[in-house]
Amino acid sequence: MPVKLAQIASWLQAQVLCGQDALEREVLLVHAADMMSDVLAFSHPGSLLLTGLSNPQVVRTAEVAGILAVVFVRGKRPSEAVTLLAQEFDLPLMTTTYSMFDACGLLFAKGLRGWSLPERQP
Amino acid sequence: MTPAQDQEPEFLHAFTIAAHDFAGAGQVSIAVKNLLKEVGFSAQCLRRVAIVAFEAEMNVVMYGGGGGMSVYLSPALVRLVVEDQGPGIPDLDLAMQEGWSTATPEMREMGFGAGMGLPNIKRNSDRLAIHTSPGRGTKLVAEIILT
Repeated sequence: MPVKLAQIASWLQAQVLCGQDALEREVLLVHAADMMSDVLAFSHPGSLLLTGLSNPQVVRTAEVAGILAVVFVRGKRPSEAVTLLAQEFDLPLMTTTYSMFDACGLLFAKGLRGWSLPERQP
Repeated sequence: MTPAQDQEPEFLHAFTIAAHDFAGAGQVSIAVKNLLKEVGFSAQCLRRVAIVAFEAEMNVVMYGGGGGMSVYLSPALVRLVVEDQGPGIPDLDLAMQEGWSTATPEMREMGFGAGMGLPNIKRNSDRLAIHTSPGRGTKLVAEIILT
């Protein structure tokens, strides 16, 4: 079931850093990773990305992989330059103080899922 | 082969990739994506091209000491030619294996260097050729067939 970014921000008690006007967009899948090559290899276009990295490559990876929005976990905050880059790509960014595990668990409990390998597909 | 597939791709644009510019790394691939977006092919193809370009660009920044990326286009395919004057890849078969990496902690902190770059490039290319030898740089030619 698709979930609006505004709902995700609320569940994760996240602060929206940019893209406030895009919170009506809907997410179906979530990808959690600190390795950007992992995002490029295994994420599905239109996914929400949860990550503990906050450098410019996160935003560029999101743009290349077609990520819908990024949530920084563990209270990570990108520099202003990274936020500006995200605005350029029309990519909403949020930050939550939950750990990666807790943020994933919260979203999973609400019914969101990742894209597992084919043998794990229902 | 149909005439469209047979047609030699035409040169479209050449980009310079700066050495060790970790903050700027990825800019060229975004520019390639934007350039091809105007041509107007499927989002899935565009994503494959962008992933190949991005991983190849990161390799040139991290290991190649800078270089360049040229884009060629025919009605049937996109060809990316990525070249650097770096140290070359001593054992290409090893480098193609998922998980094998010579990345520094700095590269890993950026979210790269998990040994997935070349496998990711292979996975998203329909044809891939890598020419490399120690001390003589690396030239990567990747083709993505348009669908």
